[in-house]
Amino acid sequence: MSFYDNKYNFLKYKNFFMGISLIFFTFSIIFFFTKGLNLGVDFKGGTVIEMKFEEMNKSEDIRKSLLKINLGDVKVKEFGSNKEFLATIEQKGKNNDFVSSIKNHLEKDLNKKVDFRRVEVVGSKISKELTRDGIYSVLLALILMLIYIWFRFEWQFSLGSIIALVHDVIITIGAFSLIGYEFNLSIVAAILTIVGYSMNDTVIIYDRIREFLKKDDQKDLDELINDSINSTLSRTLKTSGTTLLALISIYFFGGEILKGFSFALIWGILIGTYSSIFVASPILIYFKVKRNWEEVVDTSP
Amino acid sequence: MLYFSRFKVFSIFLIFIFGVYFFIPNFLSLNNNFFFTDKKVNLGLDLQGGSYILLEIDSKPLIDQKIQAKSLDLRRELRKKNINYNNFIVGINSLSFNFNPNQRNLVNELLSDSSINSNIGTSGKELTISVDNDKVNIIFTNELLNLIKKNALEQSIEIVRNRIDELGTKEPNIITRGSDRILVELPGLKDPSEIKKLLGKTAKLTFRFLSNSNDENSLGVEILNSPKKDFKYNVEKRIIISGENLIDAQPGFDQLSNSSVVNFKLDNLGARKFALASKNNIGRNLAIVLDNEVISAPVIRDAIVTGNGQISGNFSSQESNELAILLRSGALPAPLNIIEERSVGPDLGKESIEKGVLSLLIGMLLVVLYMIYNYRIFGVFANISLFANLILIVSTLSIFGSTLTLPGIAGIILTVGMAVDSNVLIYERVKEELKIEKNNLIAFDTAYKKVLTTILDSNITTLIAAFVLYYMGSGPVKGFAITLAIGIISTFFTTYVFGRYLVSIYVKKNKENLIKI
Repeated sequence: MSFYDNKYNFLKYKNFFMGISLIFFTFSIIFFFTKGLNLGVDFKGGTVIEMKFEEMNKSEDIRKSLLKINLGDVKVKEFGSNKEFLATIEQKGKNNDFVSSIKNHLEKDLNKKVDFRRVEVVGSKISKELTRDGIYSVLLALILMLIYIWFRFEWQFSLGSIIALVHDVIITIGAFSLIGYEFNLSIVAAILTIVGYSMNDTVIIYDRIREFLKKDDQKDLDELINDSINSTLSRTLKTSGTTLLALISIYFFGGEILKGFSFALIWGILIGTYSSIFVASPILIYFKVKRNWEEVVDTSP
Repeated sequence: MLYFSRFKVFSIFLIFIFGVYFFIPNFLSLNNNFFFTDKKVNLGLDLQGGSYILLEIDSKPLIDQKIQAKSLDLRRELRKKNINYNNFIVGINSLSFNFNPNQRNLVNELLSDSSINSNIGTSGKELTISVDNDKVNIIFTNELLNLIKKNALEQSIEIVRNRIDELGTKEPNIITRGSDRILVELPGLKDPSEIKKLLGKTAKLTFRFLSNSNDENSLGVEILNSPKKDFKYNVEKRIIISGENLIDAQPGFDQLSNSSVVNFKLDNLGARKFALASKNNIGRNLAIVLDNEVISAPVIRDAIVTGNGQISGNFSSQESNELAILLRSGALPAPLNIIEERSVGPDLGKESIEKGVLSLLIGMLLVVLYMIYNYRIFGVFANISLFANLILIVSTLSIFGSTLTLPGIAGIILTVGMAVDSNVLIYERVKEELKIEKNNLIAFDTAYKKVLTTILDSNITTLIAAFVLYYMGSGPVKGFAITLAIGIISTFFTTYVFGRYLVSIYVKKNKENLIKI
């Protein structure tokens, strides 16, 4: 008897898991409004410079040096090794040779050669546009999913899956707020991917629920949904498994730039898998999904 | 579901032959090979290194200029028609004045004249005019403001192109974005600072005289700084010649002063004007003004009739070179500001590719082992379709010349993880069917049939997300959306069509045997 052949009662504690989700959800919103997100330059405006020195250095020394030339708030952290650093600078500079003036100052002040490997400068106008586009794109994706599921299933399914998606998005944002990882454009891309993946997961369970509903309109709904979750369980876990394997590989070997991105995806796959089992499916019970799936048979002679 | 006609098998293999044909050139450095095309996957700026620079035209000075010109026109006409006006106010993009109500008809007549309020295109007007009892309000229409921006954008993009071409970067991509922005993409560039410096300057050059204190000139005098010395000049506003009269400018070296200079050449009109002005003003200082700064103000010793001249200003050789480029490529109508810049050095790009490929290989190895562990021989089938999938994704990217970015590589790796999903769905379904159906052929057949809608539904949702990403995203994120979308479609083909073909061969051979998944 393998692990997958067991039958688990997922719905027995459905209120408990709904409660946990609700707590996570609430805390995510509280974190978002109190602690906020560690917004990257994409959304805040400013300058990011990834630099590499020929010899090792201390991030504090670089920060002190940068503070000498009036750049507003400056953050410097090690980025992969003690020769590479990432400086986040509040200002974006009025002058078009802002970045080269920073480089000249650093080389003179620290008396070390430095290579600027990556530079991102985002003006406040652009950061506002990117924020707006980011919010719109997540909303647009959710709305399109809502419409698609409504079209393919019943409204209860549509609503259930969207609640699960919103749950995933909010809790992912909450996790970013709590941990303080930088929130930038690629994280929005990751969230949209999570939306797609979590939906994918939910649809597969829903598909099975619909199949069972058509077959049997007498069976207790709790039991029917539980059976559906169980019969798709091994697929759910195996697919999550392979996807996680691929993502963990990016997280550890893909370099610093993809770290936040792959973290968001790993977190999203976990939360998405959880939500399709413990949020999207039980919701159908609360919404009293339609039982009578038989097509109307014309019995008139 | 398990039956494949000869034609179908032939088509599947044809697709793979195409795939391999477009896949291979990406890993060879063959030039003008007679067999393979030179189509390759386009690497994004974050992988090959380069700069993405978004410039915005500051159109405010142009609108100011236009409103000043309009107010001059209007006042002249008012005087000409003997209309009494007072309280003439010039606003940000509006004009207003008061008039005597008795002259109302005259005012209306003047304002409806098309020399004051000209047409834009077929239906638009330059101005929105409202006449109250004794007051006129004039506002620039949005059509006019957009026209000013559009003209400035068209002029600017040409000049930006000239300046970048002068520096000789390879394959720059320069396009307009929206109504007042220019996007410059410079692949392979190591250090964009010089280009940025060049793009920031409007490079408006004028030759004007320094004012004599007893000058009667009606246009007036302004005080301008010099860039190097803390020195202020009183410069006449009257322009002798400007940068438009230049036909050439080259960096040079002056033996006498032992410094770098810029030699220029004037066109016919400019040469004549310059000759006349210099003849009549021997002994005066001629200020050479660039972007409202006096570069130098030499004394005119002789009439200059050849149309050739020299600008000196304690330049370094690099500065004289830059100035020559700026003068040759022309002046921008308005300042350009960098509002977004993303630059990646080529070393970092290369490192990103290496790390991306490494994580792809490791991720793939993990998935391959996991599939074999879970499904044995069927895992091998899944893995063969996985490799075929990878080839198809890369070759599709090559055929369409799509851009592969770092998040794009992540998209491919993610696809590798998710691609096996369809296989997992199918095999898990087959397991269930085999429990109730003893005939292998029927069990596999029903499993494939039943699982089709699930695969479609689940993939379409991910595809929706990919489309939204492509539509809303920019640069690297777009690259991610492209690989994700291509990945989903090719996954469907490789697992549901090609994978099914592999499985069908195996199942037909083992019709009678007990199949264990």
